[in-house]
Amino acid sequence: MSLQIPLREKANGAGKDTKAVILVGGPSRGTRFRPLSLDVPKPLFDVAGHPIIWHCLTAIAKVPSIQEVVMIGYYDESVFRDFIRESAHEFPNLPIKYLREYQALGTAGGLYHFRDAILKGRPERIFVLNSDVCCSFPLNEMAKLFDDKDAEAVILGTRVSEDAATNFGCIVSDAHSRRVLHYVEKPESRISNLINCGVYLFSVEAIFPSIKTAIKRRSERPRLLSYPSSENLENSFMADDDEDRSKQVLRLEQDVLSDLADSKQFFVYETKDFWRQIKTAGSAVPANALYLQKAHQSGSTELAKPSANIIPPVFIHPTATVDPTAKLGPNVSVGPRVVIGAGVRVKETIVLEDSEIKHDACVLYSIIGWNSRVGAWARVEGTPTPVTSHTTSIVKNGVKVQSITILGKECGVGDEVRVQNCVCLPFKELKRDVTNEVIM
Amino acid sequence: MKALILVGGFGTRLRPLTLTLPKPLVEFANKPMIVHQIEALAAAGVTDIVLAVNYRPEIMEKALAEYSEKFGVNIVMSVESEPLGTAGPLKLAEEILSKDDTPFFVLNSDVTCEFPFKQLAEFHKAHGDEGTIVVTKVEEPSKYGVVVHKPNHASRIDRFVEKPVEFVGNRINAGLYILNTSVLSRIEKNRPTSIEQETFPAIVREGQLHSFDLEGFWMDIGQPKDFLTGTCLYLSSLAKNSPKQLASPSESFVHGGNVMIDPSAKIGKNCRIGPNVVIGKGVVIGDGVRLQRCTLLPGSKVKDHAWVKSTIVGWNSSVGKWARLENVTVLGDDVTIGDEIYVNGGSVLPHKSIKANVEIPAIIM
Repeated sequence: MSLQIPLREKANGAGKDTKAVILVGGPSRGTRFRPLSLDVPKPLFDVAGHPIIWHCLTAIAKVPSIQEVVMIGYYDESVFRDFIRESAHEFPNLPIKYLREYQALGTAGGLYHFRDAILKGRPERIFVLNSDVCCSFPLNEMAKLFDDKDAEAVILGTRVSEDAATNFGCIVSDAHSRRVLHYVEKPESRISNLINCGVYLFSVEAIFPSIKTAIKRRSERPRLLSYPSSENLENSFMADDDEDRSKQVLRLEQDVLSDLADSKQFFVYETKDFWRQIKTAGSAVPANALYLQKAHQSGSTELAKPSANIIPPVFIHPTATVDPTAKLGPNVSVGPRVVIGAGVRVKETIVLEDSEIKHDACVLYSIIGWNSRVGAWARVEGTPTPVTSHTTSIVKNGVKVQSITILGKECGVGDEVRVQNCVCLPFKELKRDVTNEVIM
Repeated sequence: MKALILVGGFGTRLRPLTLTLPKPLVEFANKPMIVHQIEALAAAGVTDIVLAVNYRPEIMEKALAEYSEKFGVNIVMSVESEPLGTAGPLKLAEEILSKDDTPFFVLNSDVTCEFPFKQLAEFHKAHGDEGTIVVTKVEEPSKYGVVVHKPNHASRIDRFVEKPVEFVGNRINAGLYILNTSVLSRIEKNRPTSIEQETFPAIVREGQLHSFDLEGFWMDIGQPKDFLTGTCLYLSSLAKNSPKQLASPSESFVHGGNVMIDPSAKIGKNCRIGPNVVIGKGVVIGDGVRLQRCTLLPGSKVKDHAWVKSTIVGWNSSVGKWARLENVTVLGDDVTIGDEIYVNGGSVLPHKSIKANVEIPAIIM
């Protein structure tokens, strides 16, 4: 196999030998993104002014050798139709298609199921991106490592705190060669604080045979225990083992990566850049902040110009109306047709389409749902979590509550009402002060 | 006529405000608490006022000299070197109180009401007995000492019942009295004595004590929660009896009435102020500020878009932009509340700077 790599380079030169697969999941996943996922599929939720998967696409578009982008998931085809059409304008050299699984096959199962479509055009390598991560996607750097090492697989890794590490897939690597020596998903004990970011680059000749082996092993010797795939963090022990096995769900993380570590040329690219999961609805707020900061650092012209009342980075949709006396930022995204009144304060918040914030209100660390209304002098407030934290819940008076306050679609907060650390399901009117509650 | 005001100690119940000023000098509705009483006493013809205190701060001396001149009354401080209860201070001030045969007033300094001293004196003179205590009707008499009258008599007191379990009446001692000088001979020298529990029952036994019904409101304002409630009652009373002292309801920012604003205060644009707000001397209010049920003491500042309710903002304190204060928050002197900060029932000692939310009621040392 190693002989083929120089061949490939010769044969393709600067050719387009790479595909990218974005794993978008489906409506029965992402329940922790409620209440926002009740109204919009998580991959299409806007952070920093764009759908979550748009951020993946922009990173992929910067890789010169990309042939095509394949989205795999089990949402209805219609869900991504508009997004794909719009992306075709924005990324004219990037063919995008959506392949729908009719049942959840797992991350590896889905890849394998659509192997013919993926292998069409004879790509040499495929990037695989989980859509629910927020990071700078250093894909070119991963590709360079891939080439330098004659790799068969490269995984994106990042360091997290020792405490947090066991909630993720942990990578043990050789510090010098960066080779992956061992991989274990959500270990019970501390093994390494270098964790799996959910972004991979595989040689097609390595990944499909490895998945095939895993399938074969699965059918011969069913696993005794299976954890839900990248449903990391808070609820790692969902009791869906039997269901998954019967559906032949096969996951990269649990079923394939540790084999790759044992037998293949498997390397880790460690990013020092930001990385966060987008799991709970509240995690959209730190993701929004990170993507806005990235846009700000790269001098994006989309962002609002800093001024006395705009503390960068702030994204304001061109169709939104923001009173000049309102003070916004940092890390605020204001969606289409939003109206923000005089003397309003918005910080670390996502304000979604068609919502209105009336004069003198104060909105901090929150998500204001589509078409919602926040009254005059109201205060909608979440609690900041530490920058390094990978969780969006906090413990208050011994009770775990959501740190980010979230108003679902068409909610209303009365004048002068205070809402803190609450999650409010769609179509609710809040007329009295509420704290630390989920409002059904 | 003469009067004795029972001031007592350090006013610890009204901390953190009383860490800065003695309680009688803390402004209630833009006037030091004691001035409300001195003014009412002077208007009723009182010429000599004794302040019964158990410490003598220099600042009080100065203030009293000023009031003495302003209201044309003699004011002296009578300092007890050891606690003498509620009756002992009367004996200590015997020299002044008994300088002539006219009766004298006694009042607790923590009380706000419409001070009906003239009517009280007339009533006292009319019945001719030794003492009259002002009573007020309350909804829950079981928490107080209740006054019970003689059968078939409207004012002569039969007995006192402390915290009655069964309903015996709803009139309680309001802490205002008028007494003949003969009462002084009933009090022993240098022994702590309770006027309510010892002196009055003795007078009652001789059928010499009457009650006088208080019209209008009454409130003990010795602690912050009651200070705010008392302010509401006082402002409502002004709205009825002396509306000129309040901001005109036709002002665009006045909302719900009962708003008192010192002429030197500055109010920003697009504010909504009221009901039950007192804004002191030199206070600066920014744009888009919402105030209700609060007192802003002199020299304080509330910045743009802040929201303040059920709060006492101490002298020279500053409330940040988009801050939200509520639930009996009390800021001492020179406290700074940062922008966007939320304070729920915080008691903040002087010179503190608050940079993080206070989400549950707490004392910030």
